[in-house]
Amino acid sequence: MLELKNLSKRFGGVVATDDVTLEVKRGEVHALIGPNGAGKTTLIGQISGSLGSDAGAILFEGLDITHAAQHARVRSGLARSYQITSMFKRFTVLDNLALAVQARSGSSFSFWRPVSAEAPLFDEARTIAGEIGLAGREAVVVAALAHGEQRALEVGLALATRPRLVLLDEPMAGMGPEESENMIALLERIRARITVLLVEHDMDAVFRLADRVSVLVSGRVIASGAPAAIRAHPEVRKAYLGEDAKA
Amino acid sequence: MGRAAPWIVLALALTFPLAMQAEHQTYYLSFASRIFIYALAATSLNLILGYGGMISFGHAAFVGTGAYVSSILLSEGVASAWIGWPAAVAASSLAALVIGAVSLRTRGVYFIMITLAFAQMVFFLVNSMKAYGGDEGLSLRERASLGLGVDLGSDFAFYYAALAALAAGLYGLHRLAHSRFGRVIQAIRENEERAEAIGFPVYRCKLVCFVIAGAAGGLAGALLASHGKYVNPNVLHWTQSGTLMMMVIMGGAGRLWGGVIGAAALLGLEDLIANHRVDWLAAIFPNYQQHASLGVGTVLLAIVLFAPQGIAGMLARKKHA
Repeated sequence: MLELKNLSKRFGGVVATDDVTLEVKRGEVHALIGPNGAGKTTLIGQISGSLGSDAGAILFEGLDITHAAQHARVRSGLARSYQITSMFKRFTVLDNLALAVQARSGSSFSFWRPVSAEAPLFDEARTIAGEIGLAGREAVVVAALAHGEQRALEVGLALATRPRLVLLDEPMAGMGPEESENMIALLERIRARITVLLVEHDMDAVFRLADRVSVLVSGRVIASGAPAAIRAHPEVRKAYLGEDAKA
Repeated sequence: MGRAAPWIVLALALTFPLAMQAEHQTYYLSFASRIFIYALAATSLNLILGYGGMISFGHAAFVGTGAYVSSILLSEGVASAWIGWPAAVAASSLAALVIGAVSLRTRGVYFIMITLAFAQMVFFLVNSMKAYGGDEGLSLRERASLGLGVDLGSDFAFYYAALAALAAGLYGLHRLAHSRFGRVIQAIRENEERAEAIGFPVYRCKLVCFVIAGAAGGLAGALLASHGKYVNPNVLHWTQSGTLMMMVIMGGAGRLWGGVIGAAALLGLEDLIANHRVDWLAAIFPNYQQHASLGVGTVLLAIVLFAPQGIAGMLARKKHA
């Protein structure tokens, strides 16, 4: 579904991603793990299109999208969420979701007709709000949401674009155990219809959800495979999981 | 504003000339037309600055382009407003398309500076057009003609033409703000990166918004030239762009009535200081009436400090309290 071929990105003299070759298969939850500064968020940026690539190619469903604009990638079914919550803070939950629904359905170059007349946009936004556990919170302004709710909406905004592949950048960042459980449950529900590339530090969640795991260290993929194999991989244990990790 | 407020304002604006005519106060009729024209220009800037979050410091370029194109046509004998004004709008849209296409590739301070630079380029271009008056400006024998038995030469008729243009501009902004496009523009203002990440073509949306604002600014320019039967390069000077920004910020950026309130407040204040001598002030500052901008600046400062949402924002807050 997604193929990265020898993808690289430098910021000045700093190599952020280095010759990354990776495949995400249709229908899987593919986890991307690695220590801080390994280049995970940079790689998400390159795949989603907010960052250009210095070398290599990105193929999405067989099409070369290396140079496609980010909004075009989203419309072709490739969406992302952010590690640092990034939403329309002064808008309500419902308006945030309706915007994402609008982006996908029909032209936005409509200047006269009020959006409020388009019931389907808001119906679908309400459905998504329910799916991410924000039913009853639709009228709340985003800035007033609790952290866990904001994280849920962060993922919800990506889902509202109806992606076939979603790139989730640490969806559980800063969450308490209960909120994490809700997020894991949400990902369990969507995995049947959406392929997921999951960047996550919560190893418990990673090994529960992932079909396959890739390990990024200093911008390079040092291992890729089934969770059990990754746990046992000596280089991974040394570089990332630490010597005390239990296999 | 409440539901009734716009209608009350409109009714007052419609009956104002009758009262003025009874009192033989044509000065204030002409002054009100000027406010309407500046209100339209400020409203067009409000669309990009207040709704779109694009801090353009070159809006005078579009107002000035409209003013000059309509004036040049008039001086060449094309008297009809039905040709002159659409031509002004078309030229300003084109200018906005070109300037926007380049400027909107930049962000923040760079965007402010590049729009300013483009506007100054147009300013110097017009300054060097000796055939059309150069730096001395261009006097017009008469205003554009509307036909239909309406004589725009009379301040009475012109007042209603300016009012109609402003009303159309405001209604257009109201519709646009609640349309799909308007919501995208406001989403881009809130979070440009995320707007792109949920699938909006951010650059194209901003450019279209910029062109719409340029078009409305061009119409304001054409009206301004006809109103004073005179145009000079100062209409394109960067201080004009600054004045329009002040109007939007004073009135309320991103609020429907922001441009109107700002234009009325700023021009009204200037007129008040210049034409109504306050004796005790004059006793302390003998020449204060020649420094109206000092007074305007003080008020602007107070508004930015105490009512950051502008006068319109302050009024809205009061209503909710």
